[in-house]
Amino acid sequence: MNVAGNWRLQQQRYRLVGEECEKCGTLIFPPRDLCPECEAPAKMPYVFSGQGEVYSYSTIYSPPRGFEEFAPYTVALIRLKEGPMLTAQLTDVESDKVYIGMPVEMVTRKIQGGDEGNPIVYGYKFRPAHLG
Amino acid sequence: MRDVAIIGIGQTEVGEHWETSLRHLALRALQGAMQDAGVTQVDAIYVGNMLSGELAGQEHVGALVADFAGLRGVEAFKVEAACGSGAAALRMGYMAVASGLVNLVAVVGVEKMTDALGPDTTSALALAADGEYEAAQGVTFVALNAMLMRRYMYEYGYSHQDFAPFAVNAHRNGVNNPYAMFRFPITPERFATAPMICDPINLLDSSPICDGAAAVVLAPAEAARALSTKPVRIAASAVGTDTLAIHDRRDPLVLDGAILSTRRAYEQAGVGPQDIDLFELHDAFSIMAVLSLEAAGFAERGRGLRLALEGEIGISGRIPVSTMGGLKARGHPVGATGVYQVVEVVQQLRGEAGANQVPDARLGMAQNIGGSGATVITHILERME
Ligand SMILES: [Zn+2]
Repeated sequence: MNVAGNWRLQQQRYRLVGEECEKCGTLIFPPRDLCPECEAPAKMPYVFSGQGEVYSYSTIYSPPRGFEEFAPYTVALIRLKEGPMLTAQLTDVESDKVYIGMPVEMVTRKIQGGDEGNPIVYGYKFRPAHLG
Repeated sequence: MRDVAIIGIGQTEVGEHWETSLRHLALRALQGAMQDAGVTQVDAIYVGNMLSGELAGQEHVGALVADFAGLRGVEAFKVEAACGSGAAALRMGYMAVASGLVNLVAVVGVEKMTDALGPDTTSALALAADGEYEAAQGVTFVALNAMLMRRYMYEYGYSHQDFAPFAVNAHRNGVNNPYAMFRFPITPERFATAPMICDPINLLDSSPICDGAAAVVLAPAEAARALSTKPVRIAASAVGTDTLAIHDRRDPLVLDGAILSTRRAYEQAGVGPQDIDLFELHDAFSIMAVLSLEAAGFAERGRGLRLALEGEIGISGRIPVSTMGGLKARGHPVGATGVYQVVEVVQQLRGEAGANQVPDARLGMAQNIGGSGATVITHILERME
């Protein structure tokens, strides 16, 4: 993704800023500006705690371009404590120690870049919660 | 609105076509279908393709195919809906003929994947996922399916080996399909020991990277009998959509897009799952086959795998699937797959499926899935008596 594209996502990537529907109270991440439950406009920012648990996971040995340096790495679907689910890499944990239901928390890490003149992209990864 | 029929089919072998370019693959399938239909001219060409720009360095393939097929001047464009592109192109062709705006339409699905290097193909396939919130995290398309499979096993208590019947069935049927990429049978033991590629998905849970093209010719049903000895009517053509990202779904283990798509198709055709004689489903990964069977109403939630374990997905089972090898054994040239599925259903309904013939097949369903379930396109085809 290009520089502008990454820049636009900084609030989500650095602080897990999503949205709250003012009409029905649904908490939304990733933000979409329209409530998925009641279709009302939902632009009120809501900062998620970064606490959640692993819904499912898998380990990638054949990464896409730009992620080679991290392989093998484990990706997960994470159910945030507040309700929404997101997709992220896990970090600070061996892949064979991961399990469904494992409590995790958000940390900010390098996602990709830094080589061949590519800007470094930072964003959220998740680690076992007890490490905090 | 008028009824639409398929009057011609064509396909290339699926595999690694080092000597054949995208345009010539498309051309071979198109010529095959037009020859089969006995026509030398069509009014429009719709080309289903997902990754020509990324992997073959070529967009704008509609006009390209028209030109190289000797049909320069006809209406032509590409239709894209990730791995659902082939059926999306058929849907366009169906609407064009049904509306009365166009009479003879050629639909071509084509994909050329093997020219690119592995990591580039992996990146390209991930374009079907949400770019900002899935692919940007380094998740691959295989990994998305692996997470669904793991969760399915967790929620319903299945083992990985329980998925073996899908790969075994697909490979058994691929043996008798001269166009299939893999024409060898596998045993459950071989499935158990296949190399892991993205835990719990192993090599035999996964469809291959490959090249291929398939095509059909459409005509108004009332004219089809004069043009073809074995016309097949499109009894339903329906699309359902869902979120691109799995994490945005109501329930990741339920393909809402497939439920919508099949429900609309059943309604249009006036039939239900009990009337379908064979189902070409989107078995890009074993887990997708399971979730499709459930979404299409052949099994309750969590019971799709039981159908396979009880031997009901074979040629003589209650609902035969992947009857010519499926995505697993015939192969999955992504943007072409939806057209291959329909070509194979036509073969079955014409009684031309050889050793894999489903006895007296009258009604066949094909379902093509884009991404991890965001676009689901269902066609129900009926033998014209
Ligand atoms: Zn709302």
